[in-house]
Amino acid sequence: MAAAMPLALLVLLLLGRKGWCLAEPPRDSLREELVITPLPSGDVAATFQFRTRWDSELQREGDTDHYFLRYAVLPREVVCTENLTPWKKLLPCSSKAGLSVLLKADRLFHTSYHSQAVHIRPVCRNARCTSISWELRQTLSVVFDAFITGQGKKDWSLFRMFSRTLTEPCPLASESRVYVDITNYNQDNETLEVNPPPTTTYQDVILGTRKIYAIYDLFDTAMINNSRNLNIQLKWKRPPENEAPPVPFLHAQRYVSGYGLQKGELSTLLYNTHPYRAFPVLLLDTVPWYLRLYVHTLTITSKGKENKPSYIHYQPAQDRLQPHLLEMLIQLPANSVTKVSIQFERALLKWTEYTPDPNHGFYVSPSVLSALVPSVVAAKPVDWEESPLFNSLFPVSDGSNYFVRLYTEPLLVNLPTPDFSMPYNVICLTCTVVAVCYGSFYNLLTRTFHIEEPRTGGLAKRLANLIRRARGVPPL
Amino acid sequence: MPSEVVRGKRAALFFAAVAIVLGLPLWWKTTETYRASLPYSQISGLNALQLRLMVPVTVVFARESVPLDDQEKLPFTVVHEREIPLKYKMKIKCRFQKAYRRALDHEEEALSSGSVQEAEAMLDEPQEQAEGSLTVYVISEHSSLLPQDMMSYIGPKRTAVVRGIMHREAFNIIGRRIVQVAQAMSLTEDVLAAALADHLPEDKWSAEKRRPLKSSLGYEITFSLLNPDPKSHDVHWDIEGAVRRYVQPFLNALSAAGNFSVDSQILYYAMLGVNPRFDSASSSYYLDMHNLPHVINPVESRLGSSAASLYPVLNFLLYVPELAHSPLYIQDKDGAPVATNAFHSPRWGGIMVYNVDSKTYNASVLPVRVKVDMVRVMEVFLAQLRLLFGIAQPQVPPKCLLSGPKSEGLMTWELDRLLWARSVENLATATTTLTSLAQLLGKISNIVIKDDVASEVYRAVAAVQKSAEELASGHLASAFVASQEAVTSSERAFFDPSLLHLLYFPDDQKFAIYIPLFLPMAVPILLSLVKIFLETHKSWKKPEKTD
Repeated sequence: MAAAMPLALLVLLLLGRKGWCLAEPPRDSLREELVITPLPSGDVAATFQFRTRWDSELQREGDTDHYFLRYAVLPREVVCTENLTPWKKLLPCSSKAGLSVLLKADRLFHTSYHSQAVHIRPVCRNARCTSISWELRQTLSVVFDAFITGQGKKDWSLFRMFSRTLTEPCPLASESRVYVDITNYNQDNETLEVNPPPTTTYQDVILGTRKIYAIYDLFDTAMINNSRNLNIQLKWKRPPENEAPPVPFLHAQRYVSGYGLQKGELSTLLYNTHPYRAFPVLLLDTVPWYLRLYVHTLTITSKGKENKPSYIHYQPAQDRLQPHLLEMLIQLPANSVTKVSIQFERALLKWTEYTPDPNHGFYVSPSVLSALVPSVVAAKPVDWEESPLFNSLFPVSDGSNYFVRLYTEPLLVNLPTPDFSMPYNVICLTCTVVAVCYGSFYNLLTRTFHIEEPRTGGLAKRLANLIRRARGVPPL
Repeated sequence: MPSEVVRGKRAALFFAAVAIVLGLPLWWKTTETYRASLPYSQISGLNALQLRLMVPVTVVFARESVPLDDQEKLPFTVVHEREIPLKYKMKIKCRFQKAYRRALDHEEEALSSGSVQEAEAMLDEPQEQAEGSLTVYVISEHSSLLPQDMMSYIGPKRTAVVRGIMHREAFNIIGRRIVQVAQAMSLTEDVLAAALADHLPEDKWSAEKRRPLKSSLGYEITFSLLNPDPKSHDVHWDIEGAVRRYVQPFLNALSAAGNFSVDSQILYYAMLGVNPRFDSASSSYYLDMHNLPHVINPVESRLGSSAASLYPVLNFLLYVPELAHSPLYIQDKDGAPVATNAFHSPRWGGIMVYNVDSKTYNASVLPVRVKVDMVRVMEVFLAQLRLLFGIAQPQVPPKCLLSGPKSEGLMTWELDRLLWARSVENLATATTTLTSLAQLLGKISNIVIKDDVASEVYRAVAAVQKSAEELASGHLASAFVASQEAVTSSERAFFDPSLLHLLYFPDDQKFAIYIPLFLPMAVPILLSLVKIFLETHKSWKKPEKTD
């Protein structure tokens, strides 16, 4: 199919401007980092972040018109290698150099938690935002289970987790680092030992608590040259204390209650565990149209008393067109549980709209909570260029609180299902009825009755006579 | 016969009559698949369509070009028509309509200037000629406009110059020369054979003919820079400037043939799938001609061409070989390195290998900064682009001077040739699609034809007929647009998903629904009819006997 042909070359005339008077187009910049957090239960969490930024000549035309914003969610989709492969293709040095060498599908999906994300957003380059750059941020978080992956042993190393070690940094990256969370174990070095010993550490306030990280920089030639590859090892000298991890200041739960297949109640519990500070939370709920919400039954109670939200936005659903949208700003009192509940009725769908397994249930997408959570320790505002990428994932504006977005669990709700064999039953029944009625009517009209002489003979009589003859008894 | 029996017989017959006369048609009518009416006769007429491609040629005679008495006969029109012998069901006839006339004053002035380029510049002033038409100027036998041994000249826009002759049969001889020149500039047999390459039976020419892309509404052109070794080479290319300077003018000249969009990307760590071999004589690496087909597949998955757009994609790759395999040359079948170090793959795109100059390694600090010479690269890519679009070298008649190319890289009559070929190809495709649809409908009774699908089919048939008319009257631009509309409508009708609504309706479900209803109804009627028939037959026989 391919042929190397001597091509007749065209003589091109340079039109117009001569020479290369255009300035050199600016290069994309890539930063990559990996954060390893050993958990007190013996598991280890690893988070990859890759950030690519490039300049563009587009002008920002003012703020985003919120009429163009869309929110869409697929509540139950299993993530697998087919999602990882195109995600990896977006990385410049995919799987060949740098931190992306560790992204092997068979290890990454052998975990008890897996999460992937792609964020694209424009970033202003100057104060007046006349020129913008585009930022592509890819994150991948996994939690390796001590019992499933680690086979009971609580010692971890990069090779044990990813079956690969780090060799060289990506030549296209401006920064390539590994951070290990050694917050609780730095002082004594008796609980957790990190090997090779880190040369630098980084301290900052992340999510309201002070944390210390050990830094391994792949561009540091001393680190790589010693052993040709970097295999960070975490060894527990003493079994970790079985203390419960600190409860976050904001967490939530969601469940469906009620009985039967006609009605139900959807409840969301919001926990504010901060000892003395109250803060507002923005709750966004999208409920599918076949759960018909009754907004007049919406009740919000905190500590037994009614809590009126300071802002409610409700967009009712349209059958088969759009779901319900409920957005509320709720003030959570300190150290309390707030319950948001709403009653709904389940709709009966059309016969062709049911899934192949309708008794499994239908999924309801999780609700989204956004809040500015006050932090115990004051933090300095984030400098986007200098600080590591994981710091800027939860931006801090004035140091006294940090922004958090939580997703509750998706719910499984049963809808009343019809008997799918009914069409066949109906056909059979009506056909039988029609046949019986029609048959009788027809017989009535066309059958004629006449008297018939009794016949001598008949099969039964002859058979009986045969038996009598055999017995020697006179025939009938 | 007792009246009861008679009444019973009449009732049975009446039941049967109602069932057959009323029930059967009603059931048939209410259970047939919906089919809007289609112009079947017109579709079968399309197969026997006679395509007549007319090229209007204006022939302008200068003062001394032909004998005087011949000049008195001007102006008149001569038609030269011939059939193109192709093994295709549509007959194609090529018709050159030559309108002879005398030259006007300003044209005489222009034709007596020193060189052909000046003459062309002076003749250029009136408005742009319509697509598909040509103008031929006949100059005197001894004119110095052309070099002495050249009999004709083909210009970059739709003009040509032919030498006249002082002879009794001047018009015939000049007519033949004009037809030769006009054929080179518009339609020859190989152009049409290339256009219909997918529809003709395979023969030994088809490998060459299958190189150009199929006709489509638009094309997407992607330029990719492959850098397998970013540790050693820091490659920069000013692709935006190069596209603006070289590719965009070419695509603007081609804009009548479709919509074009251009994009570019840089891929790192993209290796070729083949290991090049080392040639110790020249201490360089080479890729054999047999290895070239295996190069494309491993790279193809990373190019992302299918995600780019709905139109067919042309990929042009610039490969900077890694330090361990530098310099890399492509060898043709004789073992000599190819001059341009590039190759192309039909209907896919082209690959060029760019070797980094060994002098840049002297500083020996890796990575080495490489600035790509875009002129060299764009020369090769544009030539490949021309080949991939099917703009081949014309069959130039003997002793003919071909002018140099225009700055955009495309002569206007080359675009016309492309449009002719594309129109014919579009008509062939549309006809095939419509005929297949009509045949399918005849064979499979379960296909539903909704009203909008039917209207698309009507539109496609009308567009094919309009395009054929416009081709016959020489309006190339409108014929091309009509042919594109024909292809779009016919494809839209053929691939409409509503056709398949009842296609896979299982037959046993139909029986399961009908049998419980019709069987209890039909069986008593049938039995009664059989009984009535037997009795009537017996009663006919009895009178015969007694008689």
